[in-house]
Amino acid sequence: MAHMGVEPDRIQLSWVSSAESNKFVEVVKDVTASIKALGPNRNFVKTVAKVA
Amino acid sequence: MTGYTEKIREIAARLLTEKTVEMVIGFRKGTVPMMNEPYFVKNPLEAANLVWDSNCGINLTNYLTDRKEKIAVLAKGCDSRNIVTHIIENKVKREQLHIIGVPCQGMIDRHGISDRVDGEILKVVESDGRVVVSGRGFEQTFDKADVLQANCRLCIHRNPVIYDELVAEPVPEQQDVDRYVEERRIEAMDVQERWAYFDELLATCIRCYACRNACPLCYCPTCFVDESRPQWVGKSIDPIDTRTFHFLRAYHCAGRCTDCGACERACPMGINMRVFTRKLEKDCFELYGWEAGMSLDQRPPLDTYKLDDPEIFIK
Repeated sequence: MAHMGVEPDRIQLSWVSSAESNKFVEVVKDVTASIKALGPNRNFVKTVAKVA
Repeated sequence: MTGYTEKIREIAARLLTEKTVEMVIGFRKGTVPMMNEPYFVKNPLEAANLVWDSNCGINLTNYLTDRKEKIAVLAKGCDSRNIVTHIIENKVKREQLHIIGVPCQGMIDRHGISDRVDGEILKVVESDGRVVVSGRGFEQTFDKADVLQANCRLCIHRNPVIYDELVAEPVPEQQDVDRYVEERRIEAMDVQERWAYFDELLATCIRCYACRNACPLCYCPTCFVDESRPQWVGKSIDPIDTRTFHFLRAYHCAGRCTDCGACERACPMGINMRVFTRKLEKDCFELYGWEAGMSLDQRPPLDTYKLDDPEIFIK
């Protein structure tokens, strides 16, 4: 996705076990913060219906 | 390479007469130049219609999916790797196949040639590494090396990796090919430039799905783009829908694509959608040392787990 021009931080992958509640909270906080920093993704919004 | 035709006819007729196979899949002359079409021979007498030249770019593995009978199939280097992938994915059994290996010296880029001449091409003749293209009021000669398909120019596996018999001696493989120049160029761009690059690449796409239909990997009974419940992706030619189609299709080919070029060849608009699959191919090679379809004994990286699998992308 990053190769195609989606900001690298917008998609993240993490493994969290059901026993790792603290890690889960950390991950959610981190992801939220990094996405907020990037702002809304306007690239994937269809604005106006284009008629050929 | 044009000399293969006689040998192929002979092999096909023999296999059918001896009833080793029920059907031979090869090529016959197409109705327009540079477009040889797949030909399914069941009668030994029809074997005389088979041909082989540099316009056999279609990947015949596409026609093996879920077949039950005994089949002989012509396979270039790339096709043979797709056959291996098909066998690994249980789409056809090895015992069913009689693979006629065709050492390949590259296929002609039909889009490229059409772009380089004025007017409609009515005849294409090749001999000794030259390609003579003619039409009403013009005739032009090219070196075959100059008009090869882009994927053939970068090919490092011209000889079939799996076969029951070869139509000719193996050809020398191309050495010192730098396969990923374009991919590195894109990687060096910043995020916006990359977005713009792909926007421009896909601008002319008409969503005809010729690339998907030509691809031997795309054998799903219902493609995700054709589903309407749930509808994964919009069906319009809005740039976002088009892009979603192309990158999702590419993901489905991760670790499976052999860069046979059938998609690009089939595209009526001449879009080079191989840049998507090639990035995945490059990553697979660099991360897992994997090249698709090289051996029947190895499981693909995406369905195996190894302790030393790279995990830099996991946070």
